[in-house]
Amino acid sequence: MKLFRKAVEKTTESVLFLSSTVTTIAVLFIVYFLFSEGLGIFKSSPVEGTFIMVVNKVNPVVELSAKEIKDIFNGDKTNWDQFGGKHDSIILFTLTEVGDMFTEEELGANYEYMPSKIDSFITANPGVLGYFTKNNLPSDFQGKILPISNVSLKEFFLGREWYPTSAPAALYGTLPLVLGTLWVSIGAILLALPIGLITSLYMAEIANEKLRRILKPLIELLAGIPSVVYGFFGLVILVPFIQKTFNLPVGETALAGSIILAIMALPTIITISEDAIRTTPVSLKEASLALGATRWQTIVRVILPYSRSGIIAASILGIGRAVGETMAVLMVTGNASVIPHSFLQPVRTIPATIAAELGEAPYGGVHFKALFALGIILFLITFTFNTLVELAKAKKIKQ
Amino acid sequence: MKKYILSTAVLLTLFSVFSYSQKISFKIKGSDTVLPLSQLEAEQYMKNNSNTSISVTGGGSGVGLSALLSGTTDIAQSSRKMKIEEKQKMIDSGKAVKEVVIAKDALSVIVNLGNKVSQLTREQLEGIFTGKISNWKEVGGEDLGIIVYSRETSSGTYEFFKEHVLNKKNFATSALLMPATGAIVQSVSQTKGAIGYVGLAYADKSVKSLKVSYDKGVTFVDANIANAMNLTYPITRPLYYYYLSSIEKTVKPFVDFILSAEGQQIVRTEGYVPLK
Repeated sequence: MKLFRKAVEKTTESVLFLSSTVTTIAVLFIVYFLFSEGLGIFKSSPVEGTFIMVVNKVNPVVELSAKEIKDIFNGDKTNWDQFGGKHDSIILFTLTEVGDMFTEEELGANYEYMPSKIDSFITANPGVLGYFTKNNLPSDFQGKILPISNVSLKEFFLGREWYPTSAPAALYGTLPLVLGTLWVSIGAILLALPIGLITSLYMAEIANEKLRRILKPLIELLAGIPSVVYGFFGLVILVPFIQKTFNLPVGETALAGSIILAIMALPTIITISEDAIRTTPVSLKEASLALGATRWQTIVRVILPYSRSGIIAASILGIGRAVGETMAVLMVTGNASVIPHSFLQPVRTIPATIAAELGEAPYGGVHFKALFALGIILFLITFTFNTLVELAKAKKIKQ
Repeated sequence: MKKYILSTAVLLTLFSVFSYSQKISFKIKGSDTVLPLSQLEAEQYMKNNSNTSISVTGGGSGVGLSALLSGTTDIAQSSRKMKIEEKQKMIDSGKAVKEVVIAKDALSVIVNLGNKVSQLTREQLEGIFTGKISNWKEVGGEDLGIIVYSRETSSGTYEFFKEHVLNKKNFATSALLMPATGAIVQSVSQTKGAIGYVGLAYADKSVKSLKVSYDKGVTFVDANIANAMNLTYPITRPLYYYYLSSIEKTVKPFVDFILSAEGQQIVRTEGYVPLK
């Protein structure tokens, strides 16, 4: 019997050990996956797949950046002398032009004549800029293959343009997205923290039991509403309201996102801080009141300092929800990838970008990796928040 | 008793295997634009032919076509023509593909009801959506900033608009990207300076559809099903089915059903443009 009990104890112990190990491994694995996929962006060319850029062999230009390619294909820059070449206008030559220029018969039923046609066109025109796969070119290709610089750290973190599907070269500048995320989250925290704190204080200390019994379930109900519903509410009610109130050309703004996020974070903040406030021992409160302190003095000098760590925990969880929330923000912030200068401008956040684009990004491609790299940035932002809070807590214990 | 149960089980298994072999089933995958149409057509077809089962999924035109290449779908639904490089891949892997146009789809350019502008040329649209024109007074309206609404970059509609209206130029960074067509209609209806583009069926009474000219302002054409059918409305695109000629026998009856009068009636009621 004793042996049996011991065996049960051992098994329970190992089950507990196993589950905690599995959880840790899962977390580490996810972080590893995130980083390994995301960091791949810096080893990738912004040109998708097996495509290459080719020019005539007499062209002196040796390299083009993704931004330069975008300017050329957008028609903003049309001459080679803007890139250190000769004064000669740029002739764009892609498979679409091949399709327009030659008939199906000329290309052959299985496109067997296509490579030689492409080659002779490039040789005949010194100003040509071609965009093809290696298979489209003949083995004895006469032109020059132009190397495309990989996505650099500087372009990624300081680039101001996010054109993930721009062909032929995509632009991955994350600055507007990072700033947009911070902008919306900070706004949400500024709104939610004071309101949440005041409500929780009221519910824990001032409201009578009957009122509390009505208020608490109502606030908890807020947490159960799907975020899409919040998003739609924001789009139909809040966005026009903001537009009218501030007399703006457009109502989809960072402020709309902040307000919706604040409402969504409120239940978490209120419930947890209220619980923390209620853990203040009655003896402490009574001691304070017995010394002649008013109710207000007791709240500020005794209850708040005592429940500080719980309130801090509540705000981290609230912030966590705000930074990572996707759907509601996607619907109300307008998602224009511009650098925001005020709360009354449209912004695009990182979670919204990942949610909107991951479904169509080819697995393992540059765009896919860029979205994972955005995930790393998001991870680092939340990680910083958490560390700051831990530091604040540690400081309190020392005191 | 045991024997009895066993023999029943064997019989049942045999029966199910037998009936399974009689059943025709195939998969359709690809464009989200075509998805609702394929679903309705498949439902109606399965109602008429109970021995056929069709599963329809979305994912985007590109996803459908690459699934056709890898053999994970039988029909690829696409809101654009197969690209020359995709065709190349098919040829390289030795597969012959059949293309069928099953219906058409037109895009309406929509503005707020309070906007005085009622027609634009393609060049003006390009200017507006790429950010070169930023005030309505530049195109004959009042002095009011233009707010550009677009679909997300992952949408086939975004690609189509970029290719056929913007001449492949990029949208302005200040364009607001909305996650759904309904959201664009909602936003345009409540924003005075707004402009956006949606499928013909989505442009309801809460917004105004613009007349569009593709001949530098000589003729402006209304966005409606009749004009899209006779090809005078320029922002129209065919919707395609692609399948391997080797399985033509299996899928042909379904494709024929869509092209039939009954199938095209479904096309019309769903707000797409029928072929005839």
